[in-house]
Amino acid sequence: MSFLTYLKDGISLGSVYAIIALGYTMVYGIAKMLNFAHGDVIMVGAYVVLMLLTKAGVPGILAIIIAMAVCTLLGITIEKVAYRPLRKASSPLAVLITAIGVSYLLQNVALLIFGADGKTFVDVIKIPSLSLGGGKLIISGTTIVTILASIVIMICLTMFVNKTKQGHAMQAVSEDKDAAQLMGVNVNGTISLTFAIGSALAAVAGVLLCSAYPIVTPYTGAMPGIKAFVAAVFGGIGSIPGAMIGGILLGVIEILSKAYISSQVSDAIVFAVLIIVLLVKPTGLFGKNIQEKV
Amino acid sequence: MNEKQNNHEIIRRMRRKSLRNSLLNYGIVIVVFAIMQTMIATGHISSLLKGLLVPLCVYVIAALSLNLVVGISGELSLGHAGFMCIGAYTSAFFSNVVGDSMPDLPRFILAILVGAVFAGIFGILIGIPVLRLKGDYLAIVTLAFGEIIKNLLNVLYVGVDSHGLHFSTTSAMDLNMEPTGRQIVKGALGISGTPKNSTFTIGVVLIIITLIVVQNLVNSRSGRAIMSTRDNRIAAESIGIPVTKYKLLAFSVSASLAGVAGVLYAHNLATLNTKKFDYNTSILILVFVVLGGIGNMTGSMIAAVILTALPEMLRFLNNYRMLIYAIVLIVIMLFNWAPASLDFRSRMRERLWKKHGSDAEGGR
Amino acid sequence: MKKLTRVISVCAAAAMVLTAVSPVLADDEKFVIGGIGPVTGAAAAYGISVMNGAQLAVDEINAAGGINGYQVEFISADDEHDAEKSVNAYNDLKDKGMQMLLGTVTSAPCIAVGGEAANDNMFLLTPSGSAVDCIAYENAFRVCFSDPAQGAKSAQFIGEHELATKVGIIYDSSDPYSTGIMESFVAEAANQGIEVVSNEAFSDNRTDFSAQLNKAKDAGAELVFLPFYYQEAALVLKQASDMDYAPKFFGCDGMDGILTVENFDTSLAEGLMLLTPFTPNAEDEMTQNFVKAYEEAYDGLVPIQFGADAYDGIYAIKAALEDAGATPDMSVSDLCEALKVSMGNITVEGLTGTITWDAATGEPEKEPKAVMIENSEYVAMD
Repeated sequence: MSFLTYLKDGISLGSVYAIIALGYTMVYGIAKMLNFAHGDVIMVGAYVVLMLLTKAGVPGILAIIIAMAVCTLLGITIEKVAYRPLRKASSPLAVLITAIGVSYLLQNVALLIFGADGKTFVDVIKIPSLSLGGGKLIISGTTIVTILASIVIMICLTMFVNKTKQGHAMQAVSEDKDAAQLMGVNVNGTISLTFAIGSALAAVAGVLLCSAYPIVTPYTGAMPGIKAFVAAVFGGIGSIPGAMIGGILLGVIEILSKAYISSQVSDAIVFAVLIIVLLVKPTGLFGKNIQEKV
Repeated sequence: MNEKQNNHEIIRRMRRKSLRNSLLNYGIVIVVFAIMQTMIATGHISSLLKGLLVPLCVYVIAALSLNLVVGISGELSLGHAGFMCIGAYTSAFFSNVVGDSMPDLPRFILAILVGAVFAGIFGILIGIPVLRLKGDYLAIVTLAFGEIIKNLLNVLYVGVDSHGLHFSTTSAMDLNMEPTGRQIVKGALGISGTPKNSTFTIGVVLIIITLIVVQNLVNSRSGRAIMSTRDNRIAAESIGIPVTKYKLLAFSVSASLAGVAGVLYAHNLATLNTKKFDYNTSILILVFVVLGGIGNMTGSMIAAVILTALPEMLRFLNNYRMLIYAIVLIVIMLFNWAPASLDFRSRMRERLWKKHGSDAEGGR
Repeated sequence: MKKLTRVISVCAAAAMVLTAVSPVLADDEKFVIGGIGPVTGAAAAYGISVMNGAQLAVDEINAAGGINGYQVEFISADDEHDAEKSVNAYNDLKDKGMQMLLGTVTSAPCIAVGGEAANDNMFLLTPSGSAVDCIAYENAFRVCFSDPAQGAKSAQFIGEHELATKVGIIYDSSDPYSTGIMESFVAEAANQGIEVVSNEAFSDNRTDFSAQLNKAKDAGAELVFLPFYYQEAALVLKQASDMDYAPKFFGCDGMDGILTVENFDTSLAEGLMLLTPFTPNAEDEMTQNFVKAYEEAYDGLVPIQFGADAYDGIYAIKAALEDAGATPDMSVSDLCEALKVSMGNITVEGLTGTITWDAATGEPEKEPKAVMIENSEYVAMD
C-alpha cells in the first residue's frame, strides 16, 4: 500500500510539472526559444488570482479568467517588446538572455509590489478528496483537478494544433518561418498567438501549482519552471503528449527516489535519469528525430 | 595558381587580424591592471572597488572559458558553474588539508593546479557522453550535471585525523574521527576557513594565462578544426576531422579554466558552499558571453566586468537595484543584438563618419 | 561597430571607476551602524525584517537622545544571501563610514564577512547568523542561539517532557542552518532516549514534502522535528493534514512567523510546538509596544524573530557603547576593542529574553522559550 501512496504522490507532483511543461513546450515548439520567464508568468498568474480572491472578493472561476487575461496580455507584451526584435538576431542565444532578463524583471517587480513574505494561497478549487481502500489511499481534490485539467489541456492543444487553421499555421511556422511567410502565414501573429496561449496556460498552471503547494512568493515560479523545462526535454521538446508524460514521469521518479533510495540525493537521481534517457534517446522520449541536412 | 595565392593572402590577413586582436586583449588587461595598481598605491580607491577586483578576475576567467565552448565550439553549456564548483572545492580542500605545512604562494600555485586538473578531468568525464547531443539538449544535460555536482557535494562530509581521511554522505557524526580530528567538508555548510590567498595580481596573471591558452587554441590548427565543426559539422567530418575529439578538447580545456576561476573564488572568501554554483551562476556567465559577443574575447571580458560591477554601482537605488539591473540587461541586449538596432546604429555611424559601413558584420 | 561598442564600454567603465573613488569620511558627530542582509532574492523576508527591526530601534534611540549624547545612523546594504555580494556590501558600507556592523543576517555570508571584519578589526554583532563559524573571530558576537545549541536544546526539551520516543526529522540539506540543527539534534537525541526513526532531506524541491512525511508516517514517528523556516513549514503542515497524518510537530526559531503568513489556515498549526526566544503575541509590555510600532511603521507587517533579534542587537550595541563610554570620533578598531570588553559586562532586557554575553566566545546566554500553538495563539510551555 505504501508503494501506491508514493506512486499517487508522484503522479500529483508530476501533474503539476506536466501542466507547466505544456505551456513551455508549446512556446518552444513554435517560437523555438527557451522562455526562461515562463515560470515567472506562472507566479504572476498566481498572485493575480490570490489578490482578486482575497482583496476584491471575486468568485474563483472569474478570478481565474481574469488572471488568464492578464497573463495573456503580459505574454504578448513580453514577446513583442523583448523577444520579437531579436528573432532575426545572428544567434538564437540573444533571445535566451533577454528571457532571463525578463525573468529577473518579473521577480523584482513582484518583490516590490507584494513583498518578500510568502502568502498562503487560498482554496480556489473545493472538491472533496477521494478515499480509496478504506482510507489508506487518499487522493486530494486538487490532485484530481490538476490531473483532469492537464489531460483536458493536452487534448485541446493537440486538437487545436492539428485541426484548426491557426494550428496549421503554427506547425508551418515551427517548421520553417520563411517558407510559412511565403505561403501567406502571418508569422508575427502566429507567434503572438502562441505566446498568448502559452501564457494563459501559465495562469492556469499558477493556480494549480499554488493550490497543490499553497505558498506564493516572488520566486515561486523559478524552480518549478526549471523542473518543467526538464520535463519538457524529457518528453521531447515540442511534443505536446511528450510534455504531459515527461512531467508525470519526472514527478514519479522524484518521489520514488526520495522514498526508496535517498531523499538527500534525490535531485541528483532525477537529473541522472534525465541524462541517461537523453543519451539513449537524444531528442527525448517523444521528440522528433530531425535529420540533419547539408 | 592565382586562386591559391589569393587564399594564402586571405589566410595571412586573417592571422594578422587575429594576432592584433590577441595582442589588444593582453594590452587591455595590462593597462587596466596598471591603472588599478596606481589607484591602490595612491589610495584613490574605494573599499568597494578594491574588494571587487578579485571577483572581477573570477568572472572574467569564467566568461573567457565559457566563450571557448559557446563561441568557438558552438555548443550551449548551462553547467559551467559546476566546473567552477569542482575547482573551488578540490582546491579549498587541498589548501585546508595542507594548511600551514607549506608557505602560502607555493601552496596556492599547487591549489590552482589541483583545481584545474580536477575540473578538467570532470570536463572529460562529462564531455565524453554528452557531446554527442546537440543544441538545447546539450544545454539541459550540462545543466543537469551542474545540479548533480551541487547536490552530491551538499551531502558530502570529509574529515581528517591521524588515520587519514574519513568520508561520509550522511552526517558529521558518521565520520568516526578521533576527537582531535578536523572536519573539512561539512555538508551543506561546505568548507570554511580557506586561506585568503587570492590577490588582484594573481587574478590578473591567471587572466593572462587564460587568454594565452584560449587565444592560442583558437588560432591553432586544433582551433580551426573546432571552428570548422561548429560551422559545418558534416563538412568537417567529411574531410576527416575527428569532430568529437576536438569538441572534447575544447570542452575539457574550458572546464579546466572554469576550475581555475573556482579556485580564485574559493581562496577569496572565508566560506565556500554549493549554493553559489547553481544554474543561476551558469546562466550569469552565459549572459557575459552573449552580451560581450559570442566568440569575442574582448567583449566577454568587458561584459563580465560591467555586469559584475553594475549591481554594486546601483546600490544607491536600494530596493529598485535589481529591477533596474534587469531593465538595463534587456535594453543592452536589444541594443547590441536586435537587427533593427544594428541597422540604425550603422546608419547613424555612416552619417557621423561619412563613410561606408564595410565592417557591418562587426555588429557583435 | 566593434569600435563604437568598445568606446562606449570603456567610457562606461571609466565612469564607474570615477564614481567609485572618494570614500566618505567618518562623521565625528554620530555613530554609524551598518546592516547587511538579503533584501532581494529568496531569503529577502529575513533580511527585510532585520533592517526594519534595527531601524525601529535606532529611531527610538535617537528620539530618546541617542547614545552617550550622540545620534545614531543606520545604513544598510543588500547581499542577496550570497557570500561574495555580502563582502561587497561590507566594503560599500565601509566606504560610507560604517563604524560597527549589525550583521550579516544569514550564516554563509556572515562567515565570509566575519573574515573581512576580523582583518579590519570591525565590531560585528550578527542578529541571526547561527552557524558556529559565524563568530569564529573574537570581534564577532551574536544575538540568536547557535545551531548546535538549538538542536541540542530541542532534543533535551523533547526528552525531558517525554513528548515522544520515536521522532522523524525533515530538514533542508541545502541550508547550513537546517543541517546544523539536525546534526546536533541527532547527536543529543541518543542521550535523551529518543529514537530517530526517519531522517529525510529536501533541497531543490521546496514545495512537495509528501514522500518525507510518508516515510515518517510509515516509520511510526510520534513527533516530527522540523528545523527550518516557517514558509516551508506551512506547506508541510498542510500536506500532513491532507494525508491525515497528525503527529506532534516541533520546530525551532525559524518556525516563528508561521501564524503571520498571509491567509494561512492557522488551525493547521494547532498543537505545533516551537523553541523560540521571541513571539509576537507575548503579553509583556515591551513586545506589545514593539509589535505595535513595527506594524505602524511597516504597513501592518507583523515582525518575526529576525526583526526582534535585530532590535535587541541595536540595544546591545547601545548598552555596550554606553558601558565603554565610547564616542563617534574613536577609530573603528578602538571602538571594536572597547566593545569587545563591554559586551561581557552588559545585560540586555530584550524582546528575546534577558541576554548576557560571553566575551570570549561571543555566544549569548538566554533562556529559550518553548511555546505551543493553541487556538491560534502562542502559549508558553514548561
